[in-house]
Amino acid sequence: MSIQNLANPADPFDADNDDFEQTDSTKENYIHIRIQQRNGRKTLTTLQGLSPEYDYKKILKEFKKQFACNGTLIEDEDMGTVIQLQGDQRAKILKFLTEQGIHRDTIKLHGF
Amino acid sequence: MASEDPMAMFADMKKKKKKPKVAFSEEPASADADPTYPPKEPIDDPALGPVTAHERIATSAAANAGGAEDAEADDLKNMFGDLKKKKKKKELAIEEPEPAPVADANANELDFSDIKKPKKKKEVQLDLDDGAAPLDDFSDLKKKKKKKDIPMDLEGDAPAAEGADDFSDLKKKKKKKILAMEDFEKELGNEAAPAPKAKKPKKVAIEENEEGGEDEDDGDFDEIEEVDEAELGDNPFAAGGGGGGDEAAALFIDSDRDYTYDELLSRFFRLLHAANPNLASSSGKRYTLAPPSIHRDGNKKSVFANIGDICKRMHREPQHVINFLLTEMGTTGSVDGSGRLVIKGKFQQKQVENILRRYIVEYVTCKTCKSPDTLLTKETRISFITCETCGSRQSVSAIKAGYTAQVGKRKKQQV
Repeated sequence: MSIQNLANPADPFDADNDDFEQTDSTKENYIHIRIQQRNGRKTLTTLQGLSPEYDYKKILKEFKKQFACNGTLIEDEDMGTVIQLQGDQRAKILKFLTEQGIHRDTIKLHGF
Repeated sequence: MASEDPMAMFADMKKKKKKPKVAFSEEPASADADPTYPPKEPIDDPALGPVTAHERIATSAAANAGGAEDAEADDLKNMFGDLKKKKKKKELAIEEPEPAPVADANANELDFSDIKKPKKKKEVQLDLDDGAAPLDDFSDLKKKKKKKDIPMDLEGDAPAAEGADDFSDLKKKKKKKILAMEDFEKELGNEAAPAPKAKKPKKVAIEENEEGGEDEDDGDFDEIEEVDEAELGDNPFAAGGGGGGDEAAALFIDSDRDYTYDELLSRFFRLLHAANPNLASSSGKRYTLAPPSIHRDGNKKSVFANIGDICKRMHREPQHVINFLLTEMGTTGSVDGSGRLVIKGKFQQKQVENILRRYIVEYVTCKTCKSPDTLLTKETRISFITCETCGSRQSVSAIKAGYTAQVGKRKKQQV
């Protein structure tokens, strides 16, 4: 029997290697949940920094259904894809994400 | 909603005084209230730092280790200011090792009403130590007092047990005594108490004091001493902070059961703080800030009036603080002529306070020692917090604005 693992070892210095890139970028990869005031009592909640491996569309759909609000996906040049929801959904988003197995420490809750 | 006229604002702030104490709980848990610094409290409003069990242990332990005398002096001085503090202080005071003379008869009868509660508590303890007979005056007392008093009793009593009494009996007595406290004040002298604990002579002294016009200071002093003597040896059990723990500790004395983790833990902290009295006192400084005063400027703007003061107290550049506030709120704002920050959008004091708290956690308190005494410096684009207390230095992330959605009319934004 040959040792399979040694056949194709991952190269840590390979820039294209995803496995290693992730480990050093996870430190900065916070998920940000922000809130913005609109006119009157209205607010917007934005979710930024969610890992691209998730299907944003499905998440958005689920959000809209669960939180009973509208929302859109916004493609931002700097920030990537942002989920924007109507109303203050911060707590709900946080709950949703943590229940889906995203660690609380990687989520940053902003706003007042 | 933020109050608009100054008067209302004041009222608001007054209310706040109490709230923030609870609210600022994210703040350095170890840097909390130290009873030895109580004068600070009335000056500043939101006290950063809850009273944790650990802290309580710390303070009491610190007192235990010898800071007790100071603590007690403070205690007596501040007795009339802050009732809340008292409870803790009393713990400190209890540990005063050397019985002071009866001579301190400076009667502060003005503040008598304020002091009633603690005094009573002390009396209860004293009472227990003396093993005084239960009185029958149940009528006057409120439940509150009972509740508060019971744990204290346990603390005072359980450790003091000199083996003579069985605990269940004592507890019952305690309750009765608590009930009887008010009466007790008057009747202290008259009681023909079966004193199972051999403390008679002291008791007599107390009686004298008590009877002699109920001098507050006087009475307190003696009670304290009294309790001290009784507890001095057993104090480790008393300092536990919570009533339950003490009870548990007391239960040990008779039985052979194993120590529970909590007991051992609290014992560890007590010993630790006893060995290093400065541990508690150095970090025990309370970090307080005036609450942010927010008023509405017109319909759509909020004015943060005392941001200058707050920045000064935190030793931070106002620009940095403003930057943080605005990015967190996701709005824009500007500083007006008199140094106030005008924020676009409606914000309440509570909300701003929340954000400030987060700012303090992130950019002011030292991550190592929780001291707020830090400096923020910037070196080659990286900000560092340098702690003045422990000398540690760590980098903090720059304030980054995330995605902000376009709010309002597009026309305006484009122009």
